[in-house]
Amino acid sequence: MKIVVCVNHVPDTETKIKIGADSKSIDKTGVNFMLSPYDELAVEEGLRLKEKFGGDVTVLSLGGDAHKETLRKALAMGVEKATLLKDEAVRDSFGIAKGLAEELKTMSPDIILFGKQSIDFDDAQVGTMVAELLGISSVSVVVKLTIDNGKVICEREIEGGHETVETSLPCVIQAQRGLNEPRYPSLKGIMSAKTKPIQEKPAAAGELRVESIALRKPEAKAAGRIVGTDKSAVPELVRLLHEEAKVI
Amino acid sequence: MQKFQGVDYMNVDSLLSEEELLVRNTVREFVDDNVIPIIEKHARAGTFPMDLVAKMADLGLFGSTLPAKYGCAEMNNVAYGLVMQELERGDSGVRSFASVQSSLVMFPIFAYGSEKQKDYWLPRLAKGEAIGCFGLTEPDFGSNPGGMITRAEETSDGYVLNGAKMWITNGTLADVAVVWAKLGGVVRGFLVEKGMKGFSAPEMKGKHSLRASVTSELILQDVHIPKENILPNGEGLKLPLSCLSQARYGIAWGAIGAAMACYDSALNYAKTRIQFDKPIASFQLTQEKLVHMLNEITKAQLLCLQLGRLKDSGKVRFQQISFAKRNNVYHALQIAREARSILGANGILDEYPVMRHAANLESVITYEGTHEMHTLIVGEDITGIPAFV
Repeated sequence: MKIVVCVNHVPDTETKIKIGADSKSIDKTGVNFMLSPYDELAVEEGLRLKEKFGGDVTVLSLGGDAHKETLRKALAMGVEKATLLKDEAVRDSFGIAKGLAEELKTMSPDIILFGKQSIDFDDAQVGTMVAELLGISSVSVVVKLTIDNGKVICEREIEGGHETVETSLPCVIQAQRGLNEPRYPSLKGIMSAKTKPIQEKPAAAGELRVESIALRKPEAKAAGRIVGTDKSAVPELVRLLHEEAKVI
Repeated sequence: MQKFQGVDYMNVDSLLSEEELLVRNTVREFVDDNVIPIIEKHARAGTFPMDLVAKMADLGLFGSTLPAKYGCAEMNNVAYGLVMQELERGDSGVRSFASVQSSLVMFPIFAYGSEKQKDYWLPRLAKGEAIGCFGLTEPDFGSNPGGMITRAEETSDGYVLNGAKMWITNGTLADVAVVWAKLGGVVRGFLVEKGMKGFSAPEMKGKHSLRASVTSELILQDVHIPKENILPNGEGLKLPLSCLSQARYGIAWGAIGAAMACYDSALNYAKTRIQFDKPIASFQLTQEKLVHMLNEITKAQLLCLQLGRLKDSGKVRFQQISFAKRNNVYHALQIAREARSILGANGILDEYPVMRHAANLESVITYEGTHEMHTLIVGEDITGIPAFV
């Protein structure tokens, strides 16, 4: 089975984000970047498919040189090959999807795995767009994947329950938490990742259809208020919840 | 609780390679997920978390600097040091387990063992299928191991060992003990296996320190061992001392991890604990303590990194390892005590890691060469005058 996992390099979830001087991008100084957590699930699933069906796993990322760090992590987890589609410029979801799709056309994989969204801009669009550009099916928010004789059965998470869908290879699968528990890269894996080359090529041109024009942080939370400390405060609390907070 | 973000005031990370960072971050995450959630329970019960052995082995934490042909990661010494740092950020006992397995068991078998011994033991020890321990210290010979009483006598088909060892980490758990004994007055290494007649390893109880680690005696009463169980390549006290140099190197790094955990805990506590209507971090005395801790951690990081680079280039001297172990453990202990004072009464509870680290470090400052002995080793090195013989 020819497996491709598309991954993104995103700010660490624990990072305190500062908005940059241009008000539309983040200030990257002192920010740690990492393999996007949903993409990590996709890498793990790719490795499990390989372990089950044989074949090989390639990781693909579109972005600047910094993305190599994330590709290297996937290599350390056990992926064999990595390709970086280089472009330092800012792209929208469609631009990224277009760049990835052009490369994927030349690779003709059996299955393409994504995280359900990358946790930087949370657009949750690239996987679906890539499937559309390749003319293949796409299943998102997948928590269970079973492949049998080319038949693909996916369990999806939906509001308040699960949905089971069926499609066929080739297809795009977008991973949700619960699909698996990603392995740690072993120290041996980390050391051998050094010897696996990262193929670099310029990304096919995209087009900017959606442009980011401003970033804003949420308002700081106001301090809490103590209405009273015994039951005499209940009527006032109820009034405030009803009239001010409008929750009851 | 907020995830540990590392302590790196002087951007020391920029001096590490991509692999070294990935190794450090992987073990950091492993410790956050697998050690920190369970360690207080084990420290309270006085038990070693055996479940961690297979997990640490899967990750490749045992003998990680040894060649790939034995199933090891073949990393450099800086990466090994970073592993020790992160493990000890979890607990000194967990780091001790990995230190002993790697530096005191796998290293001597690798450096002084026969091909047969290496091929048999190293892959098993790397996979955690076998656990090892190291028997040098005796009840009456600690800082002066050359005075050891344990004796080996040659027989027609092997050797007979008699003696007792004490303060042996992993002793009771071990499948193989690297035991040092005098054969005709010369120190030699022997592989004593679990179950050999006359060999027992009772656990020492009642420790207030390293509670999540097994410490044992080794009792050897007319233990017959086959000829092929002697370490053939080398003799003399310099052999066990070379193992201790490996282990002390890891301890110098490990102490940074314990210090980081204490600093991190104290900093978070100081920012949220309110007294006199403001966080205690706003008081000058608290700030002075925090800055002092950070200062010493940063110096220890730079010291260890340079020590590791020297080791990787084959230029390190054992006195330099003593210098780093002495400094880093001493300051880690001071930091633990200072952190405890910032946490006030809460500092003594096992809701916070500080008291456990403080108690552990009381062992760490004594084992693998006491603070005093390391002082005298460096003292002799700079004056040319030995003060302890």
